[in-house]
Parts: sequence; structure tokens; C-alpha cells
Amino acid sequence: MTFTVHDLISLSPVLLIGVGILATLIIEMLVKESEKILGWFTFVLLLSVAYLSLILLDHTALVFEDKFLTGGRVNIFFFLFSFGAAVVSLLSMEYIKKAGIHFGEYYIMLLSSVLGMMLISGATDFIMIFIGLEQMSVCFYVLAGFNRRNERSLEAALKYFLLGSFATGFLVFGLGLIYGAVGSLSITEIVIGYETLKTSPLFLTGTLLFIIGFSFKIAAVPFHMWVPDVYQGAPTSVTALMSTTGKAAAFSALIIIFSPIIQAAYPSFFTPVISVLAVLSMLYGSIVAISQNDLKRMLAYSSIAHAGYMLIGLAAWNEKGVSGVIFYLVAYTFMNLAAFGLISLIEKRDLRGTEFSDYKGLGFKQPVLAGLMALTMFALSGIPPFAGFFGKYYVFLSAIEAGMTWLAIVGVISSVISVYFYLRLIVVMYFDNSDEIVMVTPSTSAMLGIMISVLLIIIMGVAPGSIINLINSTF
Amino acid sequence: MIDLIYLTVLLPLIGFAINGLLGPKIKNEKVIGVIGSGAVGISFLISLGIFFELLGKPAAERHFIVNLFQWIKVDYLNIPIGYQVDPLSILMALVVTGVGFVIHVYSIGYMHGDKGFWRFFAYLNLFIFAMMNLILADNFVLLFLGWEGVGLCSYLLIGFWYDRKFENSTTADAAKKAFVVNRIGDFGFLIGMFIIYLTFNSLRFEEVFAQVKLGGIPESTFNMIALFLFIGATGKSAQIPLYVWLPDAMAGPTPVSALIHAATMVTAGVYMVARTSVIYASAPTIMMVVAVVGLLTAIFAASIGLVQNDIKKVLAYSTVSQLGYMFLAMGVGAFTAGIFHVMTHAFFKALLFLAAGSVIHGMHEEQNIQKYGGLKKYMPVTYLTFLTGAIAISGIPPFSGFFSKDEILWYSYANAGFAFWLVGAITAMLTAFYMFRLYSLTFEGEGRFDHHHVHPHESPKVMTVPLIVLAILSVIGGFIGIPEIFSGSGGNQIKNWLDPVFKPANSLLAKHGAHSHFEEILLMAVSVAAAAGAIYFARFVYLKRKDIAESASLKFPGLYRLLFNKYLIDEAYDKAIISPIVKVSDGFLWKFTDVKIIDGLVNKTASLIESFASQIRKMQTGVAQFYAVIMVLGIVIAFFWIMASL
Repeated sequence: MTFTVHDLISLSPVLLIGVGILATLIIEMLVKESEKILGWFTFVLLLSVAYLSLILLDHTALVFEDKFLTGGRVNIFFFLFSFGAAVVSLLSMEYIKKAGIHFGEYYIMLLSSVLGMMLISGATDFIMIFIGLEQMSVCFYVLAGFNRRNERSLEAALKYFLLGSFATGFLVFGLGLIYGAVGSLSITEIVIGYETLKTSPLFLTGTLLFIIGFSFKIAAVPFHMWVPDVYQGAPTSVTALMSTTGKAAAFSALIIIFSPIIQAAYPSFFTPVISVLAVLSMLYGSIVAISQNDLKRMLAYSSIAHAGYMLIGLAAWNEKGVSGVIFYLVAYTFMNLAAFGLISLIEKRDLRGTEFSDYKGLGFKQPVLAGLMALTMFALSGIPPFAGFFGKYYVFLSAIEAGMTWLAIVGVISSVISVYFYLRLIVVMYFDNSDEIVMVTPSTSAMLGIMISVLLIIIMGVAPGSIINLINSTF
Repeated sequence: MIDLIYLTVLLPLIGFAINGLLGPKIKNEKVIGVIGSGAVGISFLISLGIFFELLGKPAAERHFIVNLFQWIKVDYLNIPIGYQVDPLSILMALVVTGVGFVIHVYSIGYMHGDKGFWRFFAYLNLFIFAMMNLILADNFVLLFLGWEGVGLCSYLLIGFWYDRKFENSTTADAAKKAFVVNRIGDFGFLIGMFIIYLTFNSLRFEEVFAQVKLGGIPESTFNMIALFLFIGATGKSAQIPLYVWLPDAMAGPTPVSALIHAATMVTAGVYMVARTSVIYASAPTIMMVVAVVGLLTAIFAASIGLVQNDIKKVLAYSTVSQLGYMFLAMGVGAFTAGIFHVMTHAFFKALLFLAAGSVIHGMHEEQNIQKYGGLKKYMPVTYLTFLTGAIAISGIPPFSGFFSKDEILWYSYANAGFAFWLVGAITAMLTAFYMFRLYSLTFEGEGRFDHHHVHPHESPKVMTVPLIVLAILSVIGGFIGIPEIFSGSGGNQIKNWLDPVFKPANSLLAKHGAHSHFEEILLMAVSVAAAAGAIYFARFVYLKRKDIAESASLKFPGLYRLLFNKYLIDEAYDKAIISPIVKVSDGFLWKFTDVKIIDGLVNKTASLIESFASQIRKMQTGVAQFYAVIMVLGIVIAFFWIMASL
């Protein structure tokens, strides 16, 4: 295994975060009250990783014995993970103090999970995907249960771990079948032998199991059951991380596994499966969200529905679909970060205060927070000129282009349904009133994170053309 | 320097953001005024710099597109935020920011003490932002963004004093009327844009115009496009049949009337026709329509202006009439003359409005000219500057209005015929008459106000200096467009300047036979003599023989009442269009269709989904084993599917 300078430069985002993790470990050991500096350290580290990923957009390299790819689309994912996680670290600083879980390990876990995500998105080999996935997942299990004195948090961690292992089992089984059929786990090998593989039951079944394994991670119905309980129980800042970058990482894996298969043959063999998953997720997520009373739970169902919309882009599988999914992921990440960030500010010390009734009259008591929340809800429901609208627009368009207009129609119907529960929050904030005083933890860092997210939501809604051009340029 | 064009758009937006968000906290009127005026002032300086840079380049190279970023990109639809710098857009930018800056400064004095001071400046800056987008846009969509933006600002500013009465209703009603009437025009504009996109697969000026020049597209398509775009223009620029909102727009503060409803926004329609001149040149039928509508509007509005008693109303109808002239110019293919008139009109009409504002200010908000009189000794600066504006609009040489108006009249004669010239000349005569009626009743003769309660006074310097600046421009502004018969071939500066922009359109238009210099000078002399006669007559009637005016109105009571009530057009629209629509909306659409059918369906669906949701949410039992079962179920189904499809 030899490295050239070019390889090292191309790998630098991954290397930097790896070095950063080691540094945080050492800081944690040597410095007293390390948690006080680790927050900002993590933020700066992730920000530099994000910056590196962007400037190295053209540095394509195949490293680690052709098991790992950097540059182009992969770097867009690198950027999304590290920048999203940087915002999460901003949101976390005061929140974990409030929740009484102010430990340095929190940031180490956060950084490790980001490294896992990066390994997934750059992989050109199934083993690499699997390693990355497990690294990310284990960190998430720990983070979900980080508030170990809180029953809900423990319950979330345990459920997530149980069901996650269950899903991983199927995934590994699928990998076994694929290996049996191909004799290798390298995606290049699959592309070479695809003509014979595409009729091989062993290979197709293996791929199906692989898709199912990741459907669990992206929270597609019927593999979504863990989502509401985990999103609600986990600390809010952790939910913000899991629901955004975690989901993006899983989608990046699906994009990798699909690309060689579908380059060779269209329409894909798996299009029906993906379409069914998309329809179920959209409708189930949107409908059940209506009857939720807890905001975090409502957003969990909304996250299921959003997974459905993004699956439309994968089902259509054309250039527009893939770039649409990536655009959607970026938009969705920052919409959810803003929403969870705001929830974490309003949440009470005992981690209650996330119900709709707690938001009564917020528009008058906390006009700035309520205004930002209203904007985020408009964005999530897909109302222009915010990012959410163009995300949906691009994936629906790709479905129509692929001749699956019906899928776009289901998507629109489900969007209409979803408007109800997003706007319901706005109604509660501005049209109801209560005498209860809303205490808000003043937190400059969290406000900074929220402002960054909201700004991006607006920019992506006003100038979606530039972003989609950037994404398209990486094909 | 040219790359800095975006600053001319951005600075007013920043001014809007600062005054709009922090205005209530700043409180200090000086700071707010300086921020608001400064933003526009710097934009003007930048535009001026760019203008000189363009001037230094050869005529053929004076065209730049500054692309800022991709805005919308879907398939062939590719809309950038891009600004076009060419002789036409930079000329308009100079007028908008220049006159805009002067009016901003004036407003510091005029709005002094108003509780909405910060709001006023925020809106004004927002308006400049939208207007700059409109004139600098390099595509139809961005132009439309500006188009709608100025409409919004117009609405906000007409209703600025939303708690005040205006005529028989409120200022909010006047604002609503302006907005709704404009929407009708905007609808036409949108349809025009849709047809353009369908025909050319693009909405960028460069690409569309290039395809127009290539030819091969039937004239009927051009007719459709030009007609719908013109409908948009009639709304924004207050032409028949959509002019009715402009007189009511006078409900807004006077600087707003000067800036938006005289100098800049209402000329947007003219600008748009000039910008798309290639399309109009390919649709000769619609050009004739434009010319006729413009001509009729000109004389129609001028005739109403003869008998109005509200100082701002007279100026409003005068604006409608002058806009008619500009469309006449566009319709007869005299694009340069039309834009020239846009410019000179911006100077003298802004001046007249601001001077009127100064009078209203000094007369304690009184607007009825029958209650003025003899004000020249109380407010000398206002008096002199108003007089300058009145001479300029009447078309007396060498004031600016003479050059631009005469150019339009000459081209009407040369390209469309004697009848067009005649009606235009009569309108010029009427204009001179009502302007000097207004002038005489306001500044000369005996004061008809209550001397005990009303003490007219001159306005502060911050208001009179802008008047003087505009007065100077009204005097000398015409010299850039001296007709070639006086200045020699190639001596008409503005024609040389705008020529590259209108060359493609002019080459499409049919050539008319040559006319002798004698004809041109004769017609010029006749129209100037008519205007001078009208001025003399107006002064004679309203200063010496007031009985003539009274006996005339008594002798022709029907005609007088018809004019005074503005041909009852508002009432006719109300009877023929508005009440039927309201009736149908109220009885059928609202109480039956909306409440019974639509609401019923929506509510039923919603309650169905809600009960469905509360049923299936029970699946979420919280038991992890059950969750696993559901997953397995999903996998089993997937297996059956793959076995069946292999």
C-alpha cells in the first residue's frame, strides 16, 4: 500500500478528523474540566474539515487499495457531515450542561460518528461501508443513552441497539450472499461482472437485504418502528445529529450501491421495492404525525416522511434524481438542525417541555425564537422561498422525467397532509395563549448554530440554482 | 467599475434592512434620513462612474452583463440574477437614483415629525431596490421581480397614512385599488412571459432577442406577446383602460407621488416596451395599438385635468397624460424620443410634485387650489421653481420639455400621419392651459385663504434645495437632445447614446419617406405658438376675467360635470365589473361553493385522515419485540416479491 502526496492531500479531511479524535482523547485525559474547551475545539475542527472538503472538491483519488474514494460527490457528503456536525456541536454546548450530561466524551463520540459517516460515503467496497456504518451506529447507541440517569434516554438507547443489531444482522447476511455470488466485495468487481450477476438470485437477494439494512437507518416504513421512541428519548442535540447527518450517511451508502447496478441497466430491478418504501414512508409519516402531541415525536414522523420523499429520487434514478436527493439531504439537514436547535432551547431542565401545549403563545413571549421556528416549519412543509420547496421540487421532477408521475402525485398529496401538522405548531404559537412563562436558556452558541442553519435554508431557497449546479458538477 | 453595478441594487436593500429592522430603535430622524438618502446617493455615484466608463468605450461595446449567481435552473429554464449594463439601463439607473436621491433628501424635511419616519425611509429604499432590479435585469423573470416589488412598495406607500381619510374612503382603499388594478396588468405581463418562454425556450433578453432577429416566427406570435406585455404596461404605467388607480394614488405622501407615481415607477411600462423594442418592431399592428392607446390617454387625461381643483389631482392627470405621450412615442417607433421624455418628465414632474408638496406643507395640508392664491410673495423659491416646471411641461423652448415633446410630435407626424400630430398638439395646448390655470390660481392673484388662521410660509432649506436642483435639471435637461435640424447631423446626443440599443428594432421598422426641414420647423412653430397662446389665455381667464371660467362652466354644465367627474369612468367600472364580481363571489362562490362544497370536502377528508391517524398510531406500542416483528414482516414480503419476480 503506497501513498502519494496527492492521495494524502485528498484524504486530508478524513485524516484531520482522525487526528482530531486522538487529540480530543488526549485533552480529555490531561486537562481538568476538559469539557469546557472540547465544545469549541470540536466546532473548529469540524469547520476546518468542512472547509478542506470543499476546497478539495476536484481532488479525486482512490486510496486504501482501491477501497476508498475521495473528491467530487464524496466531498459534498464530507462537507455535509462535518458542517452539520459542527452546527450540532454549537447546539450541544449549553444543552448538555442543562441536561446534566456535560462530559468530554460526548464530543469524542460525536467526532467518531462523523468519521464513520465519512467512511461510508467514500467506500468503494462493501466491507468499508460496513465498518463505517458500525462505527457510526455504535456512537449513536452510546449518544442516545448518554443521559444515563433518564429512563427515556436509556430506553431509547436499548431499543435502538436491539433493533439496530437486528437490522445489521440482515445486512451482514446480505453481504455474505453478495460475496458468494461475486467472490469479492468490491464494487468495481460487481460492475465488471454485472452482465452475469444481474440474473443471479444470490446476488439480487443479497442486494435486497443490503437495501433493507439501510432502509432501517434511513427510517423507511416498515423499518421505521424505532424512530419515534429513539428520537423522542435521546437528548435533543443527539436527535439532531442522528436525524440529519446520520440519515445522509445512510443515503450516501444507497447511492453508492445503486450507481454501478443502475448504470448498467435501467429501469432498475429494485425500482418497485424503492417505490413501495417511498410511498409507505411518505403517507405513514405524514398521516401519523398528525396525531402526535410531542414535538420531537412529530418531527420523528416528519423525518420518516422526508425519507420517503428522498426515496422518490432514488426510485427515479436519473441524474436529476440523485442530485435532487443530495440537494434534499442538505436542505433537510439544516431544516432539522434549526428545528431541533430551537426545541433544545425551549426544553426545560428536566427535559420536559417539548409538547405542543408548551408552545402556546410563544409568538408573543419569545418573538425571535417563535419567528425562527415558524420559518423552519414553513421550510419543512415545502413552502417557497425556502430550501424545502426546491428539495421536493427536484425529486418530484426526477420522478416525472423517469415516467413515474404517480409517485410524484403521491408525494404531493402527502406534502399537503404534512402541511397540517407543521402549521399546527405555528397556530399554537401565534393564536393560542397561556399564562405560563417560557424560560429559555440563553445560549449564544446555540443561537449561532440556529442562525447558520436558517441562513442556509433561505439561501438554498433563494438561489437553489447555484447549489444544484455545484452538485451536478461532481457527476 | 462595471462589476460594481450590483452595489447600486444592494445598497438600497441594506438601507431598507437597517431602517426597517432598527428604525424604531434609532429614533433619531437625522440618522435615519442620512442612511436612507446615503444608500441611494452612493448608488447614484456608482451609476455615474459606470456611465462615464461606458462613455469612454466605443458605441458598439457598451454592453455588459454582470452575472451574480444562478437563481433558478430547471431544464432549459435558466434564470440567473444578472444585471445588464447598457446605454438604456444606465440612463434609467441615473434617473432613478439621481431623482430618487433628491427626493429622499426632500423627504427628510417633508416627513419631519411623522411617527412613521423610519418606516417611510425603509419603504423608499425598498422601492429603489426593486426599481433597480427592474431596469437592470437581464431577463424577464428578474424584471418581473422588480415589477412586482415596485408594485408592493407603491401599495405600502399609498397607504402609508393608513389611518387617514382620503376623499370618501380611506388611504388603505386607495392603496388596495392601485394594487388590484396593477394585478390585472401583471396577469397580462405573466401571460406574455409564458408565451415568450413557449416560443423561445428562454427568458433571457439576449437569447430571446437573438432569436427574434433570426426571424422565422410568425407575426401572429409576436402580436400576442406584444399585446400581453402591453396590457402589463397599461397597468403599471396607468394607460387606458387601467389608469384609474393613479389619481387615487395621490393619497400617499407627496414625495411618494413625486418619486413613484410620477418620475420612476409609472415609467416602468415605457421602459419595458423600449427594452423589448425588437419584439414590438416585429408586431406592427400592436405598435399601432400602443400609439393609439397612448394618444387617447394623453388627450383624455389632459381634458380631465382642466377642471380639477385638487393640486395633486391635476398633477396626477397630467402624469397620466404625459405617460400617454411616451407610449405614443413607442407606438410610432420613436423609442429614443420616448425614453428622452421619460427623463425630462422625471425632472419636471418630480419638481412640480415636490413644489406642490412644499405648497401643501406651507398651507397646512390644504390641497384645494380654490383656497390658495397670491402665494408667490410668501414662498418665493417654491414659486420660481414651480413656474420653471410649468414652463418646461408646457413645451416652451429652451426648457427641457420642449425638446422631448417636440421630438415625439415630429415622429408622430412623420411615421403615423397628420391626425396623430394634431391630437398630440391639442394635448400640448391643453397641458399648457391646465398647468397655468394651476399656477395662476396658486401663486398669483389675491389670497383666497383665511388670513387669520393660515399663515403661508416657505419650506426649510432641506426641501427647497432639492427643488432648485430639479429646476436646474428641468431647464437644461433638454440640451442633450437638440434636434438634428439645429445641431447638425449627429448632434443629437441622446439619440447617439441610445442608438446601439434600438438599432435592431429600427432596422426592422419600415422606412418612411423623407420630410423637409421646412415641415419640421413649421410644425414646431405651430405647437409652440399654441402652447404660448394657451398660457396667455389661462392667465387671462384666471387672473383678469374670472367670469369667463364661471360662465363657461354654466353654459356647458353637462360637459363641465362630465370632466369634473372624470367621465364617470370609476362609476362605470364599478357598475359593469366590480359589483357583478362581488355579487357572484358573495352569493355563489363564497356562500355556496366555498363554504358548502370546498370546505365540506376538506373538513370531511381532514377528519377522516385524523381518525385514521389516531387508529394506526396505536401500532406504536413501545414494545421492542413487536417492532422487530414488523421488520421481519417487511422482509418476508420483500422475499416473496423477489422470488416471484426472479
